[in-house]
Amino acid sequence: MIELSAVKERAREAALAMPLAAIDPSDPQLFVDDTIGAYFERLRLEEPVHRTHSPIFGDYWSITRYQDIMAVDTNHEVFSSHWSRGGITLTDPPPGEQLQMFIAMDPPQHDQQRKAVTPIVAPANLATMEALIRERTCGVLDALPRNETFDWVDKVSIELTTLMLATLFDFPLEDRRLLTWWSDVATMNKAVNPDALAPAERMAELGKMLAYFTRLWNERVNAPPRNDLVSMLAHGPATREMGSLEYMGNLVLLIVGGNDTTRNSMSGGLLAMHQNPGEWAKLRANPTLVTSLVPEIIRWQTPLAHMRRTAVRDLEFGGKTIRAGDKVAMWYLSGNRDGDAIEDADRFIIDRPRPRQHLAFGFGVHRCVGNRLAEMQLRILWEEILARFPVIEVVGPPQRVRSAFVHGFSSLPVRIPA
Amino acid sequence: MPRITYIAFSGERHTVEVPAGTTLMEAATNNSVPGIDGDCGGQCACATCHIYIDEPWATLTGERGESEEDMLNFADDFRPTSRLGCQIKVTDAMDGLEVAMPEGQH
Repeated sequence: MIELSAVKERAREAALAMPLAAIDPSDPQLFVDDTIGAYFERLRLEEPVHRTHSPIFGDYWSITRYQDIMAVDTNHEVFSSHWSRGGITLTDPPPGEQLQMFIAMDPPQHDQQRKAVTPIVAPANLATMEALIRERTCGVLDALPRNETFDWVDKVSIELTTLMLATLFDFPLEDRRLLTWWSDVATMNKAVNPDALAPAERMAELGKMLAYFTRLWNERVNAPPRNDLVSMLAHGPATREMGSLEYMGNLVLLIVGGNDTTRNSMSGGLLAMHQNPGEWAKLRANPTLVTSLVPEIIRWQTPLAHMRRTAVRDLEFGGKTIRAGDKVAMWYLSGNRDGDAIEDADRFIIDRPRPRQHLAFGFGVHRCVGNRLAEMQLRILWEEILARFPVIEVVGPPQRVRSAFVHGFSSLPVRIPA
Repeated sequence: MPRITYIAFSGERHTVEVPAGTTLMEAATNNSVPGIDGDCGGQCACATCHIYIDEPWATLTGERGESEEDMLNFADDFRPTSRLGCQIKVTDAMDGLEVAMPEGQH
């Protein structure tokens, strides 16, 4: 812990020493090193609406305060999500590679497509899924090795979220790790991460995903409607006529949305509990705190660091002039550490008074469609951890994902004492 | 102070007394009424304070605004009587108001 705070202190000094204009929160190295927080802290204080140039993404605005993010997120008339303007991440995909998914559309088209998938995550449907999710969670936890080091990301976070997704899609369980792979492929960016697939290979892999899911679509479109996502899309009036690029886009949305996000909250939650043993003791003493632990984990991790919008007209915002066509990053990760909106925002507190008031799901018409499902998965995970393991030791440093979009972990070594 | 009653889907009733000027979302969250989360803090941006208001009360509470309509559009079990609690301020005339909640909020 001492070493960790020394790293943070050096990061803060570096962030303060840098000319303000040079601060580029999209630099993926800041996420690998987990030093991004110091830069956000300075921006919130000195220039909460900040324009900079990224060698990867070009010029863009950073919005870092909670209330400013709320203002952008709820103003979909000025701040567009549409794929044709650049979509929802800082990367501008070349023509032909833009994913046409409803998260990257504006009302009214967005509304129609979103409505087609909302029934699967409606409260009544979630209630019917709870027993199955719990059974699968118990199975995964009971099979974990004892007294030896293993990777929590692979054995728990990825396994549980992938099982869940396979359930939602009614996807063949034996092929479920394809979903994990396609989720990774979908968010890969060679410009950010040298290990990523080149754009052509990436599109080829997504093409394989499309082919697999087209087979499932064809099976289900000719069968009576069922309660899985593919059947819902194939039969939904707003979605049954969609073209293959649009189908691919919506698959990516549902796969990434249901995978990379909850996965990283499962890993980040364990790490946060390890770093805050007093909070774990509180939870053991009072297991009903799981209700507030779950939103606190989601705030703390903020598994998607930002969403991007594109201004459709010039406007004055926070004392700056944002021009039509400008890219705007709403840094949810920063807003969720904004002390003006959240008391003790830089502390992990599992029994804080209003734990649900955080930005991690976004706000406005694009608010995460699966938020209740995500919360249920995390609640079940922690209930079942509490029922089994008095201690889970984190035995080494985590590896973090090289991305300014997916805020997460590629590995987290842990050990469960026998 | 006006009295407001929240009726859960199960039929369970919670009655609270709040000063005029409080919103129906705040009236619930300040008094720990289950089923009203108010995640966005009252900015008409999350639809977690979804309630149903029937006549005769609906005449007093008015009509949905545009952004309220946008959010309710995606809410579970949207009905003609759907409102967002954060968009309605309690007045003295609303003393005795009863509002119902959808199944998903409990």
